[in-house]
Amino acid sequence: MEFERKHILGLEELNAEEITLVLDTAESMKEVSERDVKKVPALRGMTVCNLFFEPSTRTRSSFEIAEKRLSADVLNFTTSQSSVVKGESLLDTARNLEAMGASMIVIRHPMSGAPWLLAKELNSSIINAGDGSHEHPSQALLDLFTIRRMKGGIEGLKIVIVGDILHSRVARSNIWGFLKLGAEVRVVGPPTLIPKYIEKIDVRTFYNLSEAVVDADVIIMLRIQKERQDFEFFPSLREYSRFYGLTREKIKRAHENVTVMHPGPINRGVELSSDMADGPGSVILEQVSNGIAVRMAMFYLVASARRNG
Amino acid sequence: MSILIKGGRIIDPSRNFDKIGNILIEKGKIKSFPKDAKEFENNSKYKVIDAGRKIVSPGFVDIHVHLREPGYEYKETIRSGCESAAAGGFTSIVCMPNTNPINDNASVTEYIMLKARTEGIVNVFPIGAITKGEKGETLAQIGEMYEAGCVGVSDDGMPVMNSKVMRHAMEYVKAFGIPVISHAEDRNLSASGVMNEGDMSTLLGLKGIPAASEDVMVSRDITLAELTGTHLHICHVSTAGSVRLIRDAKARGVNVTAEAAPHHFTLTDKAVGEYDTNSKMNPPLRGESDMEAVREGLRDGTIDVIATDHAPHSEDEKKVEFDLAPFGIVGLETALPLSLRLVEQGVISLHDMIAKMTYIPSKIVNIERGTLNPGAPADVVIFDAERRYTVDRDKFHSKSKNTPFHGWELSGAVICTIVNGRVVYSC
Repeated sequence: MEFERKHILGLEELNAEEITLVLDTAESMKEVSERDVKKVPALRGMTVCNLFFEPSTRTRSSFEIAEKRLSADVLNFTTSQSSVVKGESLLDTARNLEAMGASMIVIRHPMSGAPWLLAKELNSSIINAGDGSHEHPSQALLDLFTIRRMKGGIEGLKIVIVGDILHSRVARSNIWGFLKLGAEVRVVGPPTLIPKYIEKIDVRTFYNLSEAVVDADVIIMLRIQKERQDFEFFPSLREYSRFYGLTREKIKRAHENVTVMHPGPINRGVELSSDMADGPGSVILEQVSNGIAVRMAMFYLVASARRNG
Repeated sequence: MSILIKGGRIIDPSRNFDKIGNILIEKGKIKSFPKDAKEFENNSKYKVIDAGRKIVSPGFVDIHVHLREPGYEYKETIRSGCESAAAGGFTSIVCMPNTNPINDNASVTEYIMLKARTEGIVNVFPIGAITKGEKGETLAQIGEMYEAGCVGVSDDGMPVMNSKVMRHAMEYVKAFGIPVISHAEDRNLSASGVMNEGDMSTLLGLKGIPAASEDVMVSRDITLAELTGTHLHICHVSTAGSVRLIRDAKARGVNVTAEAAPHHFTLTDKAVGEYDTNSKMNPPLRGESDMEAVREGLRDGTIDVIATDHAPHSEDEKKVEFDLAPFGIVGLETALPLSLRLVEQGVISLHDMIAKMTYIPSKIVNIERGTLNPGAPADVVIFDAERRYTVDRDKFHSKSKNTPFHGWELSGAVICTIVNGRVVYSC
C-alpha cells in the first residue's frame, strides 16, 4: 500500500490501513534510531519548518530530532505569542516560511483547526503537532506504536483514558486511533471535563476511576493543565487527585499486566503517584523515544506522497 | 416618472391580496390597480415594466441588518449595504447600533439618517442601543434617539446581562412605544464559545455555545416582558428551547415577537465542516432538531418574521483561525431564494413567506412599509420565483463576501426593486 496524503492533520481522517502503514514504517525507523549512525538521507535537500505557537519542549525536540535523522534542513520558528499579537496573521507567517523554501511545515497552535487553514491555502505539506483541543496525531500514533509493541496488537484491548477529556487533543486523536484499530475505549474524569457529546463516538463514559479500569489493558493518564485551570471545573487539585489520581489501590481491578501511559509532562502526585509513574507497568519514557521513530515515519511517508503526487 | 407594472402576480399579504394585475405608481406612491394597461403603454409619461410570469409584492423589510457605518466602512457602508439590500429585494432595512461609535445617542442616529438620505437607495431605520456603549450598565439616550428616528432599542451582540437594567429599559421604552429587541444569550454560559455545543464541537475541539445560553435568556426576557407589558422582540431564534418558550409565552398573551434568519432554517452545525469561518455566526448554526424546531416555529407562526442578520466582515478577517474569526455572514442577497426553499419544501406558503418579509416586520418596528395599499410609499419588488442560478459571492453588491452559500444552486431571482417610486435595482 502506498501513502497518498500530502498532509497529516489528524487521525479522524486516516483509515486503519494508513495508520498501520505509519506504525509499520515506524518499526524500520526505530531500527535506524538504534544504529550507531542514526541518520538516513530520506529528506535530504528538503526544508522542514517547525512552527510552534505554544511552548513545547518535548514535542518540538522530538520533531527536530526526527527531521535531522532524515537529513532535512530544519528551521525553527517558535513563539509563545499568537501571530495576531505580533501583528501578522498565521497565514502570512506561514506563506513567508513557504517563500523561504519550506516544503513541510510542522505546526503547533493553541487554536483548533489552525493546521486545516494552512493546508487549504498553502502548497507545503502540513503536519499537525497539536491544534487547540482538537487533535495531536503524532502523539496518538506514538501511543499506538508503544501499545502495539507492548501488547502485540491493538484489536480487542480495553483502553482507559483518564482526566481532562474536554480540552485534550491527545484524547481525541487517541480515541480515533484506538477505535479504528479495534480497541474498546473508555473515558473517565469529573463530569465537568467529559464533553456531553463524547458518547456519540463509540466510547463509554465513567465518572469513577476504579470502575472504569476493570479489566483494563492500558490506562492513559492525561495531564491536568494547571496553567489552564482556574478551578472552574473541579474544586482543587487535591480533590482531583483524590478521585482521579492513579494509585496502586485504584487499579486493583485492572488487568494484572496493565500498561500505564502519560503524554507528559507529568504532574507527580496529581495524575500519578510516583510509584505508578516509575513502576513496572509504566512505559512513559518509551513513549518519548518511540515518538522519534513515529515522527520519522510520518515525514518519510508524506515526503514520498509529495514526490509521487 | 410614473411607473406601470404590468401583468404580474400581485401578492400583498397586508390586504390578503393575490391576483394577476397591474400597479400604477405615481409621485412615489402606490396610486391604483388599473384593469387595463393599454392606455399607459403608448404614453411616454409612463415607464412600463412587464412583470408577466413574475411575482410583484411589497418590497421586503429586513429588521436585522448591520451596516457597519460609522466605524467599519471597510466591511460595509450605508451605500453598499443599501445596494446589497436593493439587489436582494429589500426596500427597507433596520440597522443595529453596534457601529463605532455605537449608536447610543441622537448625534450618531442623525449621522446615520443623514447618510442614508444622501447615499442610501433604500429606506434605512436605525435601532438605538439600550445602554450607553452597549455596556449593560446605564440606559442610553433612548428618548432622543427615538426623536432622531430610531425605531427600537437593542444591545444586539452584547446582551444586557443585568436583569434590573433590562427591566428598566423595558419600562422606559413604553413612553415611546418602541420595542426592546433582544439578542438572547447568557454570555457567561457561552463564554468563549465559537460554535454550537454538540457532537461537532466535541469532534472539532472548538469551544461550544450551548443552546441553553439562548434558552435561559429568552426565558428571562419573556419573564420581564410579562412583568412590564412591553413589546419584546427576540432576534434570530436558533434553538428548539426558545421556540417552545416563545410559543408558550404567546399562548399566555405575552407581547412577544420573534425572527429567524435564513441560515438557521437552512443549515446545521455540520456546515462548519473543516473550520469554515463562513459558517461562524452568533447564535451559531445548531443541530438538526433545533433547525427543525425553527422551521416548525415559522410554520405555526411562533416565529413572526424572517430577518437576515446581515453581518458583513472582510475576507482578511475571516481567513484566520476559527477562534479568531468574527461572527456573522452576509444575508441580504440570499434571503429570498433561501426563504423560497421553505415554500418549495412545503414548510410555509408563498403568501406567508412574503408576509414574514413585508408587513409583519414593518408592524414590529411600527413603520408604514411592507404594503401595496393605495397611498402607501411605492416600495415594490418584482421577482421570478422559478429562475435558477448559482450563488456567486463575487457578484454580491455588499462590500463583504462572507457567505456559506457560495456555489449553491437556488431558485428565486430579484428582477426589479422600487423604492418610493424609483427603480433602484433591476437585472
